[in-house]
Amino acid sequence: MNITVQTLFQNFKREILPLPSRVILITFFLFLLFIPLITQSSYVLRTLSFACIWAIYAAGWDILSGYTGQFSFGQAMFFGVSAYTCALLNLQLGFPPWLTIPIGAIAALAFGLIVGVPCLRLKRIYLALATLTFPIMLMGLVFAFPEQSGGELGFYDITRLSPSPVVNYYVGLGLMVFTALTLWRITNSRLGIIFQAIREGEMTTKASGIDITRYKLLAFSISGFFSGLAGGYYAHFMGTVGPTTLSVTLSFEAVIFTVFGGIGTIYGAIGGAWILTVVTEYLRVASEMRMLILVILVVLVLLFMPGGILRWSRNKLEKVCPNCKQRNAFNRKSCRVCGAPL
Amino acid sequence: MIPAILFHGLITGAIYALLAVGFSLIFGVARIANLAHTAFYMAAAYIIYACTSLMGMNLYLAVIISLIVTTALGVVVYRLNIRPVKESEPTLLVMTIAVAIIFQEMIDLTAGTDYVSIAPFISGYITLFGVKLLHQELLTLGISVAVLLAVLLYLTRAKFGKAILAVAQDAEAASYLGVDTERVNLIVMIISVLLAAVAGAMIAPLLILNNLMWNPALLTLLAICIIGGLGSIKGSIAASFILAYTETFIIFLLPMGGFLKGAVAMAMMLAIIVIRPGGLFGVRLE
Repeated sequence: MNITVQTLFQNFKREILPLPSRVILITFFLFLLFIPLITQSSYVLRTLSFACIWAIYAAGWDILSGYTGQFSFGQAMFFGVSAYTCALLNLQLGFPPWLTIPIGAIAALAFGLIVGVPCLRLKRIYLALATLTFPIMLMGLVFAFPEQSGGELGFYDITRLSPSPVVNYYVGLGLMVFTALTLWRITNSRLGIIFQAIREGEMTTKASGIDITRYKLLAFSISGFFSGLAGGYYAHFMGTVGPTTLSVTLSFEAVIFTVFGGIGTIYGAIGGAWILTVVTEYLRVASEMRMLILVILVVLVLLFMPGGILRWSRNKLEKVCPNCKQRNAFNRKSCRVCGAPL
Repeated sequence: MIPAILFHGLITGAIYALLAVGFSLIFGVARIANLAHTAFYMAAAYIIYACTSLMGMNLYLAVIISLIVTTALGVVVYRLNIRPVKESEPTLLVMTIAVAIIFQEMIDLTAGTDYVSIAPFISGYITLFGVKLLHQELLTLGISVAVLLAVLLYLTRAKFGKAILAVAQDAEAASYLGVDTERVNLIVMIISVLLAAVAGAMIAPLLILNNLMWNPALLTLLAICIIGGLGSIKGSIAASFILAYTETFIIFLLPMGGFLKGAVAMAMMLAIIVIRPGGLFGVRLE
């Protein structure tokens, strides 16, 4: 026991303290963990829970579009499919939230496979536009069959996760941490390398003996699963599910959050969603100008930090060692691993 | 009923064609997928509204001001927002959407989010084959067709127009032959925005305006351009009429047609993408 604590502490000292990005990450996480001790205001916790939802949703987009290069412009389809699945299961069959959310995410995963098949041979803008069509067609169905789908008003009175905003918030935070850890795990593994190889050159990847069909479908289903997870949590958090969960605006939001934070990094998607959600909420005082300010902010980031605001900050805070490619804090003169001058 | 469908399809198709040719041109020549294209169309309509209803200007003057201001906005957006990020496709898509939202919010701040309308340029109607046709509708049709023909003639007959088509075919080869591709891109952006502005100005008296109108128009536009083949001018004109007639049929014949027309357009687009990714007229996929 004592030894584990000691190794943990040593790991902390060796692997986390030397890198500013990791210190910031840990501080941020601890801050989120202890927020309910500072304030229990349901308004603040509601905003933060929303930030968790959008972070999970955008991270799901990033694994498909940022890592695998399969640009999806219709990410809301996963969100909506899962939210509607949860609503139907909960209202028709009386399933509790802890059962419907995973089923919803798996439904979105299956939907990812269905969508992935026709999209396999499409590239770039054609793929983006093809994926854009799916949520719009689903929305057309929702409006055309109002009896089964709830129509324009959608479903309401879905079981809430919990009456307490603190519990709701912790569930959201837990799901977000689960998403972040799983996706980091994936992107740092062989699978993540294959995804990036597909993005950089499909032909070359194919020539290396990799079955790209399989991996593209895998990317679609992983992405569907996580964006669906966000949709399921949303359904039980809001208590209502309407056609807005399939809207084009929602699809664009995944893109905006991720490109703002840094595409192809996962942390960029999560951070981007957090920054923009909190800033949007803060700008409520100037509600007329809110959207305008937000969009101008996005434009400025795109123009002056094309890799996203978080990737840009990370590159300012850390230097990559030219010798061993390890990251170092910006103020070091020599590499912490191999001692080469920076 | 049949003559009504034929006429309404024709008018809708002409407006779609104006929009689609502009979008195809800038995509085909400069490889810019300008998702803010229909925002320019909305801007043109709203500038006419602002000049006539809010400032009480003469209508013809308002139309001219609208075309000039919209085109100038197009040049500014091209220089400030589009050109710096042209090389990265995801960034470009987000950037053009952001520009469209800026337009939407500026309209919200100045004219509000309410639905507004503009008085027709000319009043009165004629009855043809039992269909009541507003003079305004005929004017819209006439001007749209004339502008389209003018652009097509310019591209095929004028020297600079030929240079534009050459850049669309192969930008690198064109630049070896002394074509200033950067200038071509700028001129094409101007033509493209001007076409969107003409479409917006001509449709304004027939539509109810609101600051979200760029959104459904963009979806229809994308469907048209995919069906006709991205970057193909002939294809987008043909696809405009195909889609316009399909939509008109659905609205006239199905009870819930108004809700389904968007979904049908999207389904057609998806079918084309999957079966024939180059579009009906077979544009080469990169």
